[in-house]
Amino acid sequence: MHPRLELRNISKRYPGVVANDDVSLSIQPGEIHAVLGENGAGKSTLMKIIYGAAQADTGEIYCDGNAIAAHNPAMSRALGIEMVYQHFALFESVSVVENIALSASGAFDLPSLADKIRELSLRYGMPIDPHRQVHDLSVGERQRVEIVRCLLQAPKLLILDEPTSVLTPQAVVKLFDTLRQLAAEGCSIVYISHKLDEVQELCDTATVLRNGKVTGTARPKETTSLELARMMVGSKLPEMHVSPAAPSEKPVLEVRNLSAKARDHFGVDLKDVSFDVRGGEIVGLAGVSGNGQAELIALLSGERTHGHYDAIKIGGTPAAGLRPDERRKLGLAFVPEERLGRGAVPSHTLWENAVLTAHRLGTVSKGLVDRRKASIFAAGVIDRFKVKANGPGATAQSLSGGNLQKFIVGREIALAPKLLLVSQPTWGVDVGASAFIRQTIVDLSRAGTAVFVVSEELDELFEICDRLLVICQGQVSPSLVRTSTDREEIGLLMTGRKMSKDRSGDVALQD
Amino acid sequence: MRFRIEQRPEPSAAMRIAAPVLASILTLIVGSLFFASLGHDPLPTLYAFFVEPLSSMNGLSEWLLKASPLILIACGLAIGFRANVWNIGAEGQFTMGAIAASGIGLFWPNPDSALLLPLMFLAGMAAGMAWAAIPAFLRARMNTNEILVTLMMTYIATLFLSYLVHGPWRDPAGFNYPQTALLPTGALFESFDPAYRLNPSIFITVIAVLVMWLFTDRSFLGYKMSVSGAAPLAARYAGFRESAAVWIGLLAGGAAAGVAGMAEAAGPLGQLSPQISPGYGFAAIIVAFIGRLNAFGIVLGGLLMSLLFLGGEGVQMTLALPSALTRIFQGILLFFLLAADFFIFYRIRVVRPARDAHVLETARVAGD
Repeated sequence: MHPRLELRNISKRYPGVVANDDVSLSIQPGEIHAVLGENGAGKSTLMKIIYGAAQADTGEIYCDGNAIAAHNPAMSRALGIEMVYQHFALFESVSVVENIALSASGAFDLPSLADKIRELSLRYGMPIDPHRQVHDLSVGERQRVEIVRCLLQAPKLLILDEPTSVLTPQAVVKLFDTLRQLAAEGCSIVYISHKLDEVQELCDTATVLRNGKVTGTARPKETTSLELARMMVGSKLPEMHVSPAAPSEKPVLEVRNLSAKARDHFGVDLKDVSFDVRGGEIVGLAGVSGNGQAELIALLSGERTHGHYDAIKIGGTPAAGLRPDERRKLGLAFVPEERLGRGAVPSHTLWENAVLTAHRLGTVSKGLVDRRKASIFAAGVIDRFKVKANGPGATAQSLSGGNLQKFIVGREIALAPKLLLVSQPTWGVDVGASAFIRQTIVDLSRAGTAVFVVSEELDELFEICDRLLVICQGQVSPSLVRTSTDREEIGLLMTGRKMSKDRSGDVALQD
Repeated sequence: MRFRIEQRPEPSAAMRIAAPVLASILTLIVGSLFFASLGHDPLPTLYAFFVEPLSSMNGLSEWLLKASPLILIACGLAIGFRANVWNIGAEGQFTMGAIAASGIGLFWPNPDSALLLPLMFLAGMAAGMAWAAIPAFLRARMNTNEILVTLMMTYIATLFLSYLVHGPWRDPAGFNYPQTALLPTGALFESFDPAYRLNPSIFITVIAVLVMWLFTDRSFLGYKMSVSGAAPLAARYAGFRESAAVWIGLLAGGAAAGVAGMAEAAGPLGQLSPQISPGYGFAAIIVAFIGRLNAFGIVLGGLLMSLLFLGGEGVQMTLALPSALTRIFQGILLFFLLAADFFIFYRIRVVRPARDAHVLETARVAGD
């Protein structure tokens, strides 16, 4: 029998990068095949080549034994290859069935299409109401819409790109059930991920990529996660050192009864948020994205101000009405989620981007920018944080995402803050650099800084945080001590399910 | 075969130098073809356009005289443009500057006072800034579109000038012409040489260029403005106030245009009439962009623009070319100059044919 899909010696270069270098793999019908790799390993490029959205420079693709010439997405669909993207392409203002009808070819028959959606989604255990508006759906539900859209085409091969990055642990379990059912019916699945535990739980085979090359093929269920990680990273994995926290007497950040309306139609209102962060401890905020994290972080950083000055206090000073630069004078530093365009100016050089927040550290004197000092500062950050860049004169946009993140984290830490806000500290950063960034954050907190981390990666939060908060629909849970909680409890809070038993020790949860 | 436009990972340094050269060569080629197709010998025409105006002392004097206000205004405007503050009403601010300065010159009790010119300078600057402050206030407070407001304020200024010279300020001894009396000698810049019109007001422009360079390239305030322009969210992240960028951007343009208006009234004009500007305020926008919003680039841009003005008049007079022709030629040059800049940031790549049959699908996926 021919494999469902076979890649032979695929190579693809972009200017300055070899995205895929002589990649070969083969996928049988009904197989769940993982493509594992760090960010930047070439996974996404490979998927675009399989789907026909990008063309390989050299190499061949065979589907059911036939070579595909002149590949493109329309051809893929004709062959039964469908793809669920990491970022959904849905129209927010119309209903589920209308969204699906827009992307389907053929007659526009909404009632019968709605019936099909209902039937199909029930059959695969992910019920969805075809008449709901997409902007009312949670991220997990939106993903279902994307999957159902693919299933309507009766695919022979389904590609999923990092499908669990936006899901709660419980939703992941449901997704896996659906995928197993699909595979049992003969559909092949390509599952792109960098999460080892998921791959081990779900996949039959794994192809591991590093720097565009295949570094190994494994049966994940029979391979230890350490072996897989070595294939991904290539070297010894760094270890984290988290010493016990010694929180300060007085909180550095106090948030009291903070409520705020969302600024746009699709945002989330914050409702009566209260918490503290003390010097020397790391407090993490868990939650599925789009539950008010963006609003909360903008209010904490000062990018958005608030009328009740006492709602946010930094070092005891009412700060809710202060602008970001005024809060920075109180000792705040902030690493935002978006690096290009928010944390750094894309077209500016690194030394110019150093001045963005480090202008208080002598890089500006008498109203003039001191280029020499700014360059020295930037060079220091580049050196200390091992940023791969062409010196302080390189533009921010020329750096890879992970390197720019190291630069921004480094710049903010170099400000010696009393309070550090970090949003998604290691998004798109490779394993080695992530460990380094986390370790730096831990070290900073142990030196007395109060750290508040927002992350969608539970693993990360469990690794570095002393206490955890969970945000769901604009409400923040009481804090949970990391050592006395677990993923299941956090996962339930993430879905908004109330807990009845008191596990946090100091505060009773809502009932 | 198809072509695809790609952003360069880094702006090309080689293209930065090659772009103006490329644009000049293309202009000469296309311009020659254009003149030849209409029956004008290209070489003498180009000579009359670019060389003849500069081959006499008077020509040089006129060249600098016309370049001065263009450069001065463009410097002020570029400060705003760098922060994405689009003041296109410099013409109106120029007019108000000329009106206020002339008002002082005409009605100051002591026409021989040594303070007269400095006072006129301040009045021109203040009037230009005041005219720009209205759109600044409306944008900062009510988020109105400054492009529309500054443009419309220009018409108000022009009509206000028209009202003054037709009505209250009309020269009683002027045979009913719509113009004011001549400014007293103490209210005029004295020419370097009586034979030519170039006067010391050009030093104002020289200083303005240096100040502009210092501000945009070295000062922290200029740095904040460039962050606001290049990445508004980063400016908000760092706590730089957007309203400050709006105010500074508009006031800088207004001040420069107002001073240029004063220098024009106290220089070559010597009095007010309904038409005091050959479009300096609008041409300065082009100068700012030809100069890539950079102080020294603007000097070159202003000199080029002034030469185009002079050369255009020259070929109309000596070769009897219609004015529309000269304007088309000026347009060709500006088009190539600005278009060539595109290649500093982008490049064009050839895409092999068969592989891209389904453009739409690819676009959907690529946009993902």
